[in-house]
Amino acid sequence: MLAKRIIPCLDVKDGRVVKGKNFSALKDVEDPVKLAAYYSGCGADELVFYDITASAEGRKLFSDILSRVAENVFIPLTVGGGINSIKDFERVLKCGADKVSINSGAIANPYLIADAAEKYGNQCVVLSMDVKRVGGRFKVFSRGGRDETAIEMVSWAEFAQRSGAGEIVVNSIDTDGVRGGFDIEMLKAVCDAVTIPVVASGGAGGIDDFIKLFNSVDVDAGLGASVFHYGEVSISDLKAALKRGGVEVR
Amino acid sequence: MIAIVDYGVGNLFSLACSLKKIGQDCVVTEDKHIISVADKLILPGVGAFGNAARLLNESGLGEVVTGCAREGKPLLGICLGMQLLFDVSYEYGEHRGLGLIPGVVRPLSGDTENLKIPHMGWNSLDVKNAGCALFKYIKDGDYVYFVHSYHCVCAEENDVAATSLYGIPVTAAVARKNIFGTQFHPEKSGEVGLKILKSFCELNGGC
Repeated sequence: MLAKRIIPCLDVKDGRVVKGKNFSALKDVEDPVKLAAYYSGCGADELVFYDITASAEGRKLFSDILSRVAENVFIPLTVGGGINSIKDFERVLKCGADKVSINSGAIANPYLIADAAEKYGNQCVVLSMDVKRVGGRFKVFSRGGRDETAIEMVSWAEFAQRSGAGEIVVNSIDTDGVRGGFDIEMLKAVCDAVTIPVVASGGAGGIDDFIKLFNSVDVDAGLGASVFHYGEVSISDLKAALKRGGVEVR
Repeated sequence: MIAIVDYGVGNLFSLACSLKKIGQDCVVTEDKHIISVADKLILPGVGAFGNAARLLNESGLGEVVTGCAREGKPLLGICLGMQLLFDVSYEYGEHRGLGLIPGVVRPLSGDTENLKIPHMGWNSLDVKNAGCALFKYIKDGDYVYFVHSYHCVCAEENDVAATSLYGIPVTAAVARKNIFGTQFHPEKSGEVGLKILKSFCELNGGC
């Protein structure tokens, strides 16, 4: 049986992981290679590296650490942040990324989805969308949730699937950072519209949120950042709890 | 020395790193001489079957790989590389493969109802051939990482080394004498994947 995936997301700035707490087993929590190896050892099914650097030097550092992670950690790696062109795809794929997550870059140029899917295969292209309720509708936001667009969530998800995206990450701005649980209503709307895998993001505060997520909606994976980095939830505990709750996990 | 056959498809960085991790010398190459003198071959691949088959054909690498395999050199096809070992694929038309394993490659969507495509993520192995050399260090039920939208259907049941349940039993690994294939990515399947690669690296003869 296909297992539900648990995916920690690491924000990287100038080659260091931002946020994080003192894991007792880990001395340098800002070292992406050490943190990646730690998560992989705990049973993380995949890792997302999000590059929040703006400078060219930062990009170079990001590429370097990505290669070092790929040399040492043998689970799927997804890279996002600052992906606006095929050149950006090439840059991160060369360093060992397996999937590339696009967000604002696809809003600015929707053909990027199809171009990348044709060149690198559907499995490589992940459309990530930041969504917020506006006037009773699910609207897509760009630039890290700062700018409202005219795009409606379900039609954007359908467009992405038609264009060849292999997976969709839905990040609810409404529940993000609140830690009151995932946005089940929003995720259901996407899952009903597409037949490609969907990853839930935004709102995870504890183990129960993940159990509720997988028991309520047919998503394939749950993504978390601070919930894992600050140690509220350990991935091994989470997986044990999911297994007890009847959710198929690795 | 293991040669990873580079015919211009996909990312071979992780695969080379994973072999290095288990202490196996390898070279990523398109050089026919190096391929023909290597101890073992790995045929990787992602993307579309038609394009990959064309590149293998036009470069002449397909012929070299086929020749080596027929002489008894251990060969491991990974993901699309496994599909290429078959006779024919029906991915966007009809394309001839290398014909080393009897059978066809078909869309998953035609055979599984209401399931998401691609089949992406970690699935458990149902080992069909417990004596298969690839499984020396792993056990039935271990999880491995898949990403694919087409699946291999063996003409000869005995060639199926393992399946994974995704609506139907999907061919997860094949073994036919010295020729092996994994639909999943061992280089992305954590410790289990590294153990599978290790057992391939230790092979002398067939399965």
